[in-house]
Amino acid sequence: MSDSTATAVRKQSRALTSDVRAVRRRRVGTAVTYGFLCALAIVYIFPFLIAIATSFKTEPNATAYPLGLVPDPVTSSAYHELFKDQDFFLWVKNSAIVTLSVTFLRVFLDSLAGYALARLRFRGRAAAFTTIVAVMAVPGVVLLIPKFLIIRQIGIYDTYYGMTIPLLVDAAGVFIMKNFFESIPVSVEESARIDGASLFRIYWSIVLPMARPALITIFILSFQGSWNELGHFIISTQSTSLNTLTKGVAQLASGQLGVGNRFPLKLAASVLMTIPVAVLFFIFQRQIMNTSAGAVKE
Amino acid sequence: MASWLRRAGATKPEPWTVTSEREEQAVANGLSRVPWRRFREPGIRGHQAAAGWLFIAPVIVILGLFLVIPILMALWVSVSDWNGNGSPLGANAHWVGLENYRHLLTTPGLDQSNFGTSLRNNFYYVLLVVPIQTAVALFLAVLVNRRVKFVGFFRTSFYFPSVTSSVAITILFLFLFSPTGAINKMLSYFGATGPAWLYDPRGLFHVILAQFGVSQPPSGLASGMFLGVSYWDWLAGPSIAMCVFIVMAVFTTSGTFMLLFLAALQNIDESINEASELDGATEWRKFRHITAPMIRPMIFTVVTLGIIGTWQIFDQIYVGTKGSPLNTTLTPAFLSFNASFNSNEWGVGAALAFILFAIIVFFTVLTRLLTRNPDRVPRRRRFGPTGGGGKRTLRSRLVTTVIGAFR
Repeated sequence: MSDSTATAVRKQSRALTSDVRAVRRRRVGTAVTYGFLCALAIVYIFPFLIAIATSFKTEPNATAYPLGLVPDPVTSSAYHELFKDQDFFLWVKNSAIVTLSVTFLRVFLDSLAGYALARLRFRGRAAAFTTIVAVMAVPGVVLLIPKFLIIRQIGIYDTYYGMTIPLLVDAAGVFIMKNFFESIPVSVEESARIDGASLFRIYWSIVLPMARPALITIFILSFQGSWNELGHFIISTQSTSLNTLTKGVAQLASGQLGVGNRFPLKLAASVLMTIPVAVLFFIFQRQIMNTSAGAVKE
Repeated sequence: MASWLRRAGATKPEPWTVTSEREEQAVANGLSRVPWRRFREPGIRGHQAAAGWLFIAPVIVILGLFLVIPILMALWVSVSDWNGNGSPLGANAHWVGLENYRHLLTTPGLDQSNFGTSLRNNFYYVLLVVPIQTAVALFLAVLVNRRVKFVGFFRTSFYFPSVTSSVAITILFLFLFSPTGAINKMLSYFGATGPAWLYDPRGLFHVILAQFGVSQPPSGLASGMFLGVSYWDWLAGPSIAMCVFIVMAVFTTSGTFMLLFLAALQNIDESINEASELDGATEWRKFRHITAPMIRPMIFTVVTLGIIGTWQIFDQIYVGTKGSPLNTTLTPAFLSFNASFNSNEWGVGAALAFILFAIIVFFTVLTRLLTRNPDRVPRRRRFGPTGGGGKRTLRSRLVTTVIGAFR
């Protein structure tokens, strides 16, 4: 009996020391974690702070003190010039037109198709879905030349139609919506059916409001995707009056700007074009970042 | 990648679908599927067929018109001599067979050596970016998965570069890595002189070899050529200029992949971690023997997505360098664009696009084959350590998010 007691005591004391060790280790671990987190956060944020600071600098100041976060002297001449000499407002207008029409129509069309693929039974549904998934696997860059060919062939080259329509549908969005609709219960729709509501009516006034989280996901992806799109606008337009922000600023970056490197001007343009997506990002931050709850109701 | 998507799309019977007597009869008679047309009844079912097609019609039409048909047109252009005048379907284009492909692959000349150079550049880009971004993203995910304060702030800062446009980020990096830019300024504080970065065509491996006194190619490597590029140049590694784009890729994509890893990490049962802690496992061993095996499928997903994305680098090159210096940042995607839109060699450009497509498919399939491990991970659960319907939906949503980001 005394033997077993001794073993128990020994066991307990060993457990205690290991506990103490574990606590100490955890404390060191937390400190190391914070160390890494802070260092990395600086690496990820600092470049953006430099961009903002530099956009308020004079060019000699930017060249001499590329790391400085305080412009000396502070000047907004880069922004003035952007608004005065460049077609900046035109670019903003074009980007806004394309982005807004693409985003809203895409949310509508993707959810419509996703709903049909998830809920309605019809001949050819599986084939349609397979086609959409297969299309999703084609890399976007490979499509630049093909898209140019068809846009010119059907006569919508260098128009808003050519800029917008090819972007209206994305297979990934349809896929997201289909998955979402499959994850929510059908009981509500059923009762609406029994009440004799039409399919579109059910989709529009019952299903869509329930699908809000997934719609927001598509909204964010579409907005960000079309606002940041460059390749498609390069191949679908040629006149400068149809320049979007991405295309205009890209030309600004590589273009003939006279003397100097003009970095304050270019960075001012970069900062301004980042604002809309940044705002969107901060509004829907929880939606984007919360990976465990996410958009999917479970 | 495609096959699991297809699997996810396997149709389930709808619970509210009314099973008609005839359908039951058909099943009883041993027919696995009811022949639709013959047994179709008016009412709900027929209504659904019409509505179903109506609902997906816009998507199908647009995808067909702007994806399927154009790909066929480009396929035709790639075997024609069309030079950009008129329509490629008209009298200006003539069948030339595989001439354009031969031009790139077997006929020595400028086109071939440009193609070889672009392949080399992009190959080293992929080779460096994919492992680094995967490792960095995983590291970030492990860090922000801990219970620490301000975790939201940290996640946000790591993810933010992923939402900004490639144009803005490229301009920022042009500034940071300009000869008098922030990076070289920082290096000067440590007494080092930075290179001219985007103006420096020297290959990284050549630079390293030169440190050991090897600055001339050994005789065996100088003469041999492959795709118009000498063996010595194949071994150059990414140019210093390309290294800037490598850093930029890691900077902009690690946040997105961090979110994917985070989703996988949060699927791991907390009790497993606690159990291992009680057993006195160190952080590293816990990661090596518990976390890593459990998120193995997600690691493969990220690697696959990384490969698909990195072979497509275009925007950054277009904005940043247009292939300079000395073609060392030329990539197949940019070369394809350039051949068509600037040199009017549409056939060559289209052929290049299809070769690039083949390369991407090849590497995607290769990754899948190399990472298939049926012994350890049951097939059905390959994409989720803990399975579960809702979780799987969430994960595929995230994966699609990333696919969307590349397009």
